[in-house]
Amino acid sequence: MTNYQSQNYIRISATTLTPPSARNHEAEMAKLIDVTRCIGCKACQAACMEWNDLRSTVGTFHGTLENPMDLDPQTWTLMRFTEHENDKGDLEWLIRKDGCMHCEDPGCLKACPAPGAIVQYENGIVDFISENCIGCGYCVKGCPFNIPRISQVDHKSYKCTLCSDRVAVNLEPACVKACPTGAILFGSKQNMTDWAGERVEDLKSRGFENAGLYDPPGVSGTHVMYVLHHADTPSIYAGLPDNPKISATVEFWKGLIKPVALLGVAAAVVSGFMHWVIAGPNEVQPEDEEEAHRIIEGKNAPKSPPEAAT
Amino acid sequence: MTNTWQDIKNANVVIVMGGNAAEAHPCGFKWVIEAKIHNGAKLVVVDPRFTRTASVADSYAPIRPGTDIAFLSGVIRYLLEKDQIQHEYVRAFTNASLIVKEGFSFKDGLFSGYNADTHSYDKTDWQYELDDQGFAKIDDTWQNPRCVINLMRQHVDRYTPEMVSRICGTPVDKYLTVCNLIAGTCLPDKAMTSLFALGWTQHSVGSQNIRTMAMVQLLLGNIGVAGGGMNALRGHSNIQGLTDIGLLSNQIPGYLTLPKDQEQTFDDYMKTRQFKPLRPNQMSYWQNYRKFFVSFQKTMFGDAATAENNWAYDYLPKLDVPMYDIIKAFEMMVHGEINGYICQGFNPLQAFPEKNKIRRGLSKLKYLVVMDPLDTETSRFWESVGPFNPSDPAKIETEVFQLPTTCFAEEDGTLVNSARWLQWHWKAAEPPAKAKSDIWIMAGIFHRMRELYRKEGGAFPDPILKLTWNYTDPVEPSADELAKEMNGRARADIKDASGAIAIKAGQQLDTFGQLRDDGTTESGCWIFTGSYTEKGNMMARRDTHDPRDQGITPDWAWSWPANRRILYNRASSDVAGNPWNPAKPIIQWDGSRWVGIDVPDYGPTIKPSDGVGPFIMNSEGTGRFFALDQMVDGPFPEHYEPMESPVENLLHPKVQNNPAARVFADDRADFGTPEQFPYVGTTYRLTEHFHFWTKHALINAILQPQEFIEIGEILAKEKGITNNGWVRVSSKRGHMICKAFVTKRIKPMTVAGKPTHVIGVPLHWGFTGLAKKGYGANILTPSVGDANTQTPEFKAFLVNIEPSNGPEGEV
Amino acid sequence: MTLTRRGFIKLSGATLASSSMGAMGFGGCGVALAESVRPFKLAAAKETRNTCTYCSVACGILIYTSGDGAKNSHANIMHIEGDPDHPVNRGTLCPKGSALLDVVHSPGRLQVPKYRAPGSNEFKEVTWDFALDRIARLMKDDRDAHFIAKNEQGGTVNRWLTTGMLAASASSNETALLTWKVARAFGMLVFDNQARV
Repeated sequence: MTNYQSQNYIRISATTLTPPSARNHEAEMAKLIDVTRCIGCKACQAACMEWNDLRSTVGTFHGTLENPMDLDPQTWTLMRFTEHENDKGDLEWLIRKDGCMHCEDPGCLKACPAPGAIVQYENGIVDFISENCIGCGYCVKGCPFNIPRISQVDHKSYKCTLCSDRVAVNLEPACVKACPTGAILFGSKQNMTDWAGERVEDLKSRGFENAGLYDPPGVSGTHVMYVLHHADTPSIYAGLPDNPKISATVEFWKGLIKPVALLGVAAAVVSGFMHWVIAGPNEVQPEDEEEAHRIIEGKNAPKSPPEAAT
Repeated sequence: MTNTWQDIKNANVVIVMGGNAAEAHPCGFKWVIEAKIHNGAKLVVVDPRFTRTASVADSYAPIRPGTDIAFLSGVIRYLLEKDQIQHEYVRAFTNASLIVKEGFSFKDGLFSGYNADTHSYDKTDWQYELDDQGFAKIDDTWQNPRCVINLMRQHVDRYTPEMVSRICGTPVDKYLTVCNLIAGTCLPDKAMTSLFALGWTQHSVGSQNIRTMAMVQLLLGNIGVAGGGMNALRGHSNIQGLTDIGLLSNQIPGYLTLPKDQEQTFDDYMKTRQFKPLRPNQMSYWQNYRKFFVSFQKTMFGDAATAENNWAYDYLPKLDVPMYDIIKAFEMMVHGEINGYICQGFNPLQAFPEKNKIRRGLSKLKYLVVMDPLDTETSRFWESVGPFNPSDPAKIETEVFQLPTTCFAEEDGTLVNSARWLQWHWKAAEPPAKAKSDIWIMAGIFHRMRELYRKEGGAFPDPILKLTWNYTDPVEPSADELAKEMNGRARADIKDASGAIAIKAGQQLDTFGQLRDDGTTESGCWIFTGSYTEKGNMMARRDTHDPRDQGITPDWAWSWPANRRILYNRASSDVAGNPWNPAKPIIQWDGSRWVGIDVPDYGPTIKPSDGVGPFIMNSEGTGRFFALDQMVDGPFPEHYEPMESPVENLLHPKVQNNPAARVFADDRADFGTPEQFPYVGTTYRLTEHFHFWTKHALINAILQPQEFIEIGEILAKEKGITNNGWVRVSSKRGHMICKAFVTKRIKPMTVAGKPTHVIGVPLHWGFTGLAKKGYGANILTPSVGDANTQTPEFKAFLVNIEPSNGPEGEV
Repeated sequence: MTLTRRGFIKLSGATLASSSMGAMGFGGCGVALAESVRPFKLAAAKETRNTCTYCSVACGILIYTSGDGAKNSHANIMHIEGDPDHPVNRGTLCPKGSALLDVVHSPGRLQVPKYRAPGSNEFKEVTWDFALDRIARLMKDDRDAHFIAKNEQGGTVNRWLTTGMLAASASSNETALLTWKVARAFGMLVFDNQARV
């Protein structure tokens, strides 16, 4: 009952086939994270771990309230805390729930070379199918938000599933349900966008004139959105990208898997690219990035400098 | 809480002071966010630290720990000066107009009647002037200088904004912003709710902290109304229930009290408890004390409690001191006056002040019994665990029993939440291995003791042999039977005024109004009467309907008293019985009775014209600015410095601390001075943990794994302390070595012209569980309590801090 | 087909240039697709309504246990989440409440009664009968030796001060009443709970 039929997929990594598309009227869903009503209690983190049967290791204190210390294969969401002093000299404690944004245009999926390891459902969820993952790390490289993490134990990539198992039976994700202050909401993308508009109005009335919705167009919007008090400067929220885009290398790779493009690529380029694939570790090194760009130049020059998160 | 959690959404201003609701009560705090979003409410946070509550506040003001009375007395002064009070409410529903006895005075930090030798007051003059009928004299015009309102005005006059700022370290502009927001709720249709917790109680002036805000709320007309009230958020899941059922040294269930030595006869005992009305027509509900007491004794001793033996009055122990609280208990223990100690789900080695003293005390016991679901530090106090527990087992002669108990998921029963709701819960699974319920264990100990007394005789066996135990399964009485026992039943046919049988013998009672003082009724806790009636278990009700959507849910579970959800709700309407706030009425007079969405906290048919006050438990029927003799440290709150303070009391240097506080000599010797310990320490919880339990839960250990303290950037720089570096924090009583969290959220405050630094000490770590081992905050804290309740002063004490090379010994 | 990172590298490094993309194509992952979304883990789990054990907001919780209550099935608590009907928490839970499962199944849960003898540096497992018999003996001996029936003035006071008790503020009202009855029948006054800490 919880398995999706293939016609509920809209994208599948590293495939040449188009999923069936007749049944195409499912609503897009979205999670809205209103950071202005978030108290950083980490209920979402606890609920995520509990529901998804994840237990990272007990770490240490490391000079911040953020624990575990980073996203990891068993930490799919993490509260990030920033002590920000505003122009007036008043302290604002900016607290942001970090995790997969479920991009409409998912860089991870486009980068993924393993057939069926990353899929996007019609409701917008981008899911990792662990059985098919080969742990190559391209999704890490492809993600403009620096979200996926490769397990050192089973060499597979992990991230938030938006509780696809719960959503499939019409329950909200575990973090959404737990959130004590309603800072995390779940509903149709339209509904979430509308509600965000009301929140932005309220925030403006309270003096946050730059309040706004974060639904970045560089990835064609996301299925996890933020209400920010300072939407003009997302990066003050622990490095939320101001203008996230899929890395140019990934866009190239995406082109590569199309048969037509494949045929058009010179053999030398393929072997060079494959060298990068084979020799590269889980995380792509800067020189690889450079080489890839060199390869791309002239064929598929990027429109703007790549903004791959590292 | 006077109101419900959901009722917070009706507030116009939410003030969180003396608590940190977002971190300690996140799911209750949702209603604050609801108030902000759906009611346009402003959230005001006053706290030494910029907390996670402050992170979503509209206004934040810092305050030095232990100076809340000065801050709030200043607010009272502000309200009176600006005349931003709700006049009609104050005049009709408070004791503002009553006239205080001539002998009462206040001078240089002391109220009249002080005895310096006993550190206590003779409270004879802390009373109203009475007329020849025994009623308090009144001046509705407020001309008489001895009116409560005038004495109060005079008392708070010293708390100018400048003085408040010098004492509290709150900048004047931030302080006035808060005053202004608070004052806005003096309008009849505006309300402020006060949310507080241990940030107010854990001071040597704890009870008076709360009283001061209650006075502010009375001035504003914010008690008894929707979105108002004094809301103690409370700690443990059934802290309210255990208080209601009187598991305190001096209590009997339902806020009755144990007799004192001088109350040798039952008549002596009743004299000081059955309060006569102090104004004409008042309900003065404690007049019914005798009914509650006799019915309770019938529950305890059944047929053995008779009119002839004064309802087994002598079966109850009498007190020779006001209380045998925990500070007193451990004082006795270190002096070898206690041989045995039973800790039922309690971890005093972590929870009580001055950890080294607690360990010394436990080491002197002959036997210690620990009943707990978890492996507590207390049960292992004798173990050598390096610097975290430096005990030498060979030298400790205590026999220790570690008894495994069930947890919440493995039992049926009720808990009382902070809104006074009794909610039934159901068992989901069996306990692990050989774990047993507390009921089974207590019954097991009782049966063995009773058997020994039957066989061997011994000291005064009567109450043990006569204790009622009519349970279907005497080995493990069911939660249902015990719940019914608390509700109470008729022991004989009860007749109404016409002589007809109203309640048959054996039937469960519907309300405490049915209780009798002739032995024909019994009730284990009179305030719970109505919770388990002939209609069934009212506490298991799950109807979520909420009339007017005001957060009342009258048919969800059951609320004491009488299923009333908002206390003092008569005060939600004006003198004539019309709601102050027509948009959010609770009860109102319809010409023949009180009607509305809640059970009236009032006689249901008392006419407004009868002049019966809304505070029916008080003998004059009003809220009290002047507390009469009900507090040990004064009828008005006064600012006294914490027992350990960095500054002299600016108001009266000769009376530095609470003059009525009880301090044991060896504890006083363990107080530090600002010269040695120049910084203010304060302890608190982090949202990721619950006390010392959740370090046993893997997820929570992951979320917050290791002991640390919080320190501001300026002090850190001064002391050469780096973020995430090791520090040694010390008080006169001990030290801890842990990581430092250098933060912008704690800033120095200017107190009496000098910068004062606060060091925050979260309290969750110990030497058992899954998180990293730690010392525990109570290694630092002083052993002294609130003068009224003996709640330890955990929130303001003196420490020093220095960089450290890192952990000592095993970590 | 199952493709590991190593397998991918081997496949691609050696043969990609001459193979078709079809080797990695959609057809190759048909089996895995059927397993995509994780099966919903609460299907047929038993639901029990309870109250969170931590603070006194008293959030409603749903405890999910494996097994349908059949005689031979030993219920195991496998998930806990908020009760959406509860008027206060409306399904939400804080970080402690969301992790209740881990306190129920904590490795720190006590399993058996244990006893530590004077001077010993270890706990030893004992039977319940040993523990309760010994506790009752110790208590009775202490009570008989130190019970104060009359004070110095000769007044009846009937108190026992040399053994004290702390009661649990997370225990139920029903436990509390029974505890009160037992402690006061013994004449105990050194008696407190967590109301103040």
